[in-house]
Amino acid sequence: MAGYLGSYATLGLLLLASVVVFVGAFSANRLLRPASPAEPIGKRETYECGVDPVGGDWAQAQIRYYVYAYLYVLFAVEAVFLFPWAVIFDRPGFGATTVVEMAIFVAVLALGILYAWRKRILTWT
Amino acid sequence: MEDLSLPKIDYAAVAPMLILFGVACVGVLFEGVLPKAARRVTQLVLALLGLVAALSVIVWQSDTRVLTAGGAVAIDGPTLFLQGAIIVLGIMALLLIGDRAMEHGGAFVAQAAITVGSEADRKQAVKEQGATEVYPLTVFAIAGMLLFVAANDLLTMFVALEVFSLPLYLLCALARRRRLLSQEAALKYFLLGAYASAFFLFGVALVYGFAGGVEFGTIHDSVTESTQSTVLLYAGLAMIAIGLLFKAAAAPFHVWTPDVYQGAPTPITGLMAACTKVAAFGGLLRVLYVGFDGVAWDYTPILGVVAVLTMLIGAVLAVTQTDIKRLLAYSSIANAGYLLVGVLALSKDGLSSTMFYLVAYGFTVIAAFGVVTLVRDADGEATHLSRWAGLGRRSPLYAGIFTFILLAFAGIPLTSGFIAKFAVFGAALDSGEAWLVVFGVVTSMLLAFPYLRVVVMMWLSEPGESTPTVSIPGGLTAAALVIGVVATLVLGVAPAPLLDLTTSAADFVR
Repeated sequence: MAGYLGSYATLGLLLLASVVVFVGAFSANRLLRPASPAEPIGKRETYECGVDPVGGDWAQAQIRYYVYAYLYVLFAVEAVFLFPWAVIFDRPGFGATTVVEMAIFVAVLALGILYAWRKRILTWT
Repeated sequence: MEDLSLPKIDYAAVAPMLILFGVACVGVLFEGVLPKAARRVTQLVLALLGLVAALSVIVWQSDTRVLTAGGAVAIDGPTLFLQGAIIVLGIMALLLIGDRAMEHGGAFVAQAAITVGSEADRKQAVKEQGATEVYPLTVFAIAGMLLFVAANDLLTMFVALEVFSLPLYLLCALARRRRLLSQEAALKYFLLGAYASAFFLFGVALVYGFAGGVEFGTIHDSVTESTQSTVLLYAGLAMIAIGLLFKAAAAPFHVWTPDVYQGAPTPITGLMAACTKVAAFGGLLRVLYVGFDGVAWDYTPILGVVAVLTMLIGAVLAVTQTDIKRLLAYSSIANAGYLLVGVLALSKDGLSSTMFYLVAYGFTVIAAFGVVTLVRDADGEATHLSRWAGLGRRSPLYAGIFTFILLAFAGIPLTSGFIAKFAVFGAALDSGEAWLVVFGVVTSMLLAFPYLRVVVMMWLSEPGESTPTVSIPGGLTAAALVIGVVATLVLGVAPAPLLDLTTSAADFVR
């Protein structure tokens, strides 16, 4: 173990030992296992739990939900304007004009719901 | 905490917009409560009444020069003139939209959500009347355009841009025939339009970073006085210009135009070609003349290159077209270039001549698309140019009208096209933009070729087996055609009243 590269001999021995262990283990495995191993469904999945952990790239969403998403957004946005309005509408200098303006705004949104209702979008078909 | 106070609103000055938004909302209400049979007539009458009412308010308010709604809306000469122009052209487009004489059920599909080619689709194509939602949508679009040309700050302008764009995206998808083409056109328009809107919004953010405000007055002051780095200013202005030039269909932001003009229902194409162009150039004029006039020396060369490119691309590619709607689309691109020449004169003359051009072109282009709706066969409109061969023999009247319209596009004297081109080129020459005028004249001559080719084809070819018949127009289309042709002729023979009007209106308030 002397000489210039002597300290690397340990590493070389380790590599050699690991190769022997690796090849030995797999050879023993090959000799001991049945000739044709079973291939149940899901055996080669990442997790053998029976549920597909990744799934395909083509997911289905029910198109009917998009109308409800629209209508929800309508009223979520309405709330954004209603809250600051509620803080200031009773201060001096605002009064009736402010209330009427907000009433018009809400009425326009309500028109959207009315239209959706009359077009029978709210019934689940 | 700072004291809040309500902005003062001059209700009389903004009444045209309020009327139209109100009418559109009532239209939606009618859509919900009226029985199907009564809807079409009610909606059409309601929309027309609303437009006429808005127009009368504009005429009544014609001396108003005011900044209102906290400085967000400017009602001044150009605003009132352009709003009036949009409404008049909108009425013509609405007449085309409302006509159901040429085709059973009109130009629009009954239920756009039904899958194309399915059993239900075949059934509705035969039986159902067209959707009546198009009327409120059109009125919403026109009202948005009115707000767009009146917007005095960039945020209001952005909101108005969306208000008039979104209904247009929908309207493009509603063609009764060739539904896939129509839906493709709408999707392209929507995606590219959303992209352009995003550019506009980024530009607004950058300009806000530079000027510390979005009102054009604030921007004007900081452009002339600010000493900070101008990187934000130039980047912001460039992005805002991209957003506006997209709507105006200027190269290199024109690629959507032919596909969308071809795929959209023809009355809607007319609406886009006339009204959207007026609105887009109205917005561009205000941005460049009121907000950013302090850096005119910097943007003129770049927008000049855009104008030259637009004229060249429009004229050269128009030569290669074989479909009449695509040809008119490229012609519309080239006309955006001529309008840009007028805008870049950056003078009072430039402003007034651009406004004149917008009106003259709008009347002619709606009449042109009106004729396109008439030339049909069993499969609907026959838009391929080869089908138009020999049309002069079959129906001399409509071939004659279309010839007159094409000559007006080509800028032959005694038509409004000549006066309009003369006015914008004259204004550009006075401002020392001779190079733009040279390109303008050269491309005008180039562009005359495709027009004259259609004329020659209509009159000098023998009508073939496939030459379609020309439908007798319903009263509404006939009215729109008459208005368009008479206006084209009158503005060519006696343009003085309108020229005087544009000159007296050519003053922005800041």
